[in-house]
Amino acid sequence: MNPSPEAIAVAAILFAVLAAYALFGGADFGGGIWDLLAGGAERGAAPRELIEESITPVWEANHVWLVFILVLLWTAFPPAFAAIMTALFVPLSLSLLGIVLRGVGFAFRHTAQRLRMRQLTGALFAASSLITPFFMGTVVGAVATGQVPVHPAGNVLAAWTSPTAVLTGFLFVAACAYLSAVFLVLEARQRGHQDLVRSFSLRATAAGLLTGALAGGTFAELPDSAPYLYGRLTGIALPLVAISIAAGIAVLGMLWLRWYHPLFLRVTAAIAVATVVWGWGLAQYPYLFPTSLSLAAGSAPTAALVAELVVAGLAVLLVAPGFALLYFLQQRRMLTAAETDADLRLAAQLEQAVPGQPRPPRRRPGPG
Amino acid sequence: MGAVAHALAADPVPARSQMGSSLGFHIILACFGIAFAAVTMTAEWIGIRRGDAAALLLARRWSKVMAVLVAVGAVSGTVLSYEMGLLWPGLMGRFGAAIGFPFSVEGIFFFLEAIFVGIYLYGWRRLSPWAHWWSGMPIVVAGVLGALSVVAANSWMNSPAGYTLSHGKVTSVDPVSVFFNASTPYETAHMVLAAYMVTGFLVAGVYAVGLLRGRRDRYHRLGFAVPFTLAGIAAPLQVMMGDIIARFIAHNQPVKFAAMEYVSTTTRDAAEWVGGILISGHVYFGAAIPSFDSILVGFSPHTRVIGWDSVAPAQRPPLVTLIHLSFDLMVGLGFFLFALAAWQAWWWWFHRRLLVTPWFLVPSALSGVAAVAAMEAGWVVTEVGRQPWIVYRVMLVSDAVTPSSGVPVTLGVILALYAILTVVSIGVPMIMSRRWRRGAPAEEETEQVPYGPSPARAGPSPAGPPAPPGVPRASPDGPDAP
Repeated sequence: MNPSPEAIAVAAILFAVLAAYALFGGADFGGGIWDLLAGGAERGAAPRELIEESITPVWEANHVWLVFILVLLWTAFPPAFAAIMTALFVPLSLSLLGIVLRGVGFAFRHTAQRLRMRQLTGALFAASSLITPFFMGTVVGAVATGQVPVHPAGNVLAAWTSPTAVLTGFLFVAACAYLSAVFLVLEARQRGHQDLVRSFSLRATAAGLLTGALAGGTFAELPDSAPYLYGRLTGIALPLVAISIAAGIAVLGMLWLRWYHPLFLRVTAAIAVATVVWGWGLAQYPYLFPTSLSLAAGSAPTAALVAELVVAGLAVLLVAPGFALLYFLQQRRMLTAAETDADLRLAAQLEQAVPGQPRPPRRRPGPG
Repeated sequence: MGAVAHALAADPVPARSQMGSSLGFHIILACFGIAFAAVTMTAEWIGIRRGDAAALLLARRWSKVMAVLVAVGAVSGTVLSYEMGLLWPGLMGRFGAAIGFPFSVEGIFFFLEAIFVGIYLYGWRRLSPWAHWWSGMPIVVAGVLGALSVVAANSWMNSPAGYTLSHGKVTSVDPVSVFFNASTPYETAHMVLAAYMVTGFLVAGVYAVGLLRGRRDRYHRLGFAVPFTLAGIAAPLQVMMGDIIARFIAHNQPVKFAAMEYVSTTTRDAAEWVGGILISGHVYFGAAIPSFDSILVGFSPHTRVIGWDSVAPAQRPPLVTLIHLSFDLMVGLGFFLFALAAWQAWWWWFHRRLLVTPWFLVPSALSGVAAVAAMEAGWVVTEVGRQPWIVYRVMLVSDAVTPSSGVPVTLGVILALYAILTVVSIGVPMIMSRRWRRGAPAEEETEQVPYGPSPARAGPSPAGPPAPPGVPRASPDGPDAP
């Protein structure tokens, strides 16, 4: 039985959203990893500040992609969702723990003033950035190798602790660190921090090489652990694999030549990662779990799939202009954080001008 | 060991407890997501319209608190999304295609809210006053529509509709009927009003404490009056809505209604029990008003009210005393809040100023806690009252629960995490408030929240262009924050 065109369309959207989360969410996780590896309080201060500045405005919008992945999966492919959530209960719970701790670390970090407290919340944020992508990677590895039973009777420990799944977990961590380092090179350059450009360029090269090695290692495992996937990856999905490898090498070349083009470098690094996600999707076709659950058998009724397509269309219509406005305002530097001295002085003058305004009981002269 | 693990896994109680505590925690933050923007924008409107510095300062500070609460809410909302699958794979595997649609719609509003919260929170300095005010409007609209979508999913579990089941598999879905099932309008209106009451009374309660401590300046009066007014408008509507919903439940989910009102056998002249504990079929310590339940349901003492004897014991909800007392608590607190709002309105009508006697302020300071308790009690009624069904009269909770054995562990972890999240969402605004009271502009300037660019990234230094002309700016070291 062939999958319906609606099922294929929703699956394509799912993989587009997965790629978006891998790129945007992944880079944010990578930032946490580099935060963890930045060194002591003094030496790590500059890179940590850069990481914080580049993640703070975006982490929450980037996080919404994950919610979309869950919703798409359970609406369009309910049996697959139920089986994954049952069999992979443990790694999914651990990745969720990481997500919550990261949010807590983020919310509290900016308010904490004492160094000890800042270090604690910072460590929380950084450590959770490490465990979340790792366990998400083991989940993907378990699904891709077809180790998730269609009707699991409970946790399936072997599914996500296979060599391929664990390697995929490490691959996810390395890929996050790689993406993040490349983006941070550009962030540092935009701010004119030449020393940070150099150091993140080195880190991006190292992480890139490690990612490549891990990808190669995972690939070498596939003929035994996931023969179907391997066959497709060396067959119809081969062009995507080739593009990914080429893009990865191109990024390393640009870093070596110090050609930090804001658009090309970013896009090439993104292509290197996104093509792997799409390659995985194409290699699995037409299966949700190779080769036990097919797309046709695991899809929701057509009306539910059409509804998801309509929702996706509406999301593009409503959310895209919103994002455009947000980025436009940010580019024009219309969005700023807290009030500055100038603002507050203006306010103080105004207060004197407004009659009947009660004077504050305790008045301390502000600096400047 | 394996047998114990299996016995634990088969027991839906840990999963129910985990879902209940997650929902009970998240719903408070969700209230702020739905209603806090409207409270803040009302203060901002007063500030711009009247050139009122105190109102603008309130709006700016509230928007900072909003940033923290929305961030924690996003995280706890993600926990709920995961738990739908981690705890109830039986439900999602069979009905995901139906119940998933309202959640997908909610995703759109989640995105919109995140985007415009970013613009609203960080547009204070550079956007023109009215452009900034309007940038908050999508948050208000997305809050209400997002609530509609999520509550529609819960309503569907109470009034399942819009799907065809054959051989245990959903074979067709009508997304519109799923979304607008029989319970959706009632539950949504009830929840949105509750969100305005919880947010309004909680924020007003903070400033009631300030007023009680003798900080009677304009800043504190406005900080009390604006949220109290919004919540006070919602309170009488909520009492009316509650009455309508109770009648709807008497028809739509009669067994749930029977548990709410202690109706054991189907009867005319059903008595209305106020309080009371049910022990082996008898109500102790309660007061019964003869025939009043029948009058409430059908406006006549002869109305027949269906009792829980209409279904087999296995299909009756457990913990009937809990359901009944939660219902009474919700109704009682609803009337208390309504009375409080009416008292202030009456005083304002005749005296044209704020009532600030301690007799009024002390209960007002507690009104937020009361509103939260009423809302939580309401959720207990609707969720426990639906038991043993996860999808009313279609699927049992025990058929939906995960067979995985880790739930007692994750329950413990989740409770610990929520303790941390609670400390963050109360502690961070308190630390902010203390800094505001100290009133040093340097700290105000470096204040950061999980959204938006930090000052260094945000470009132009303090020496850059000041705020747009004509915008009254609030005082840095102005009146005390509570």
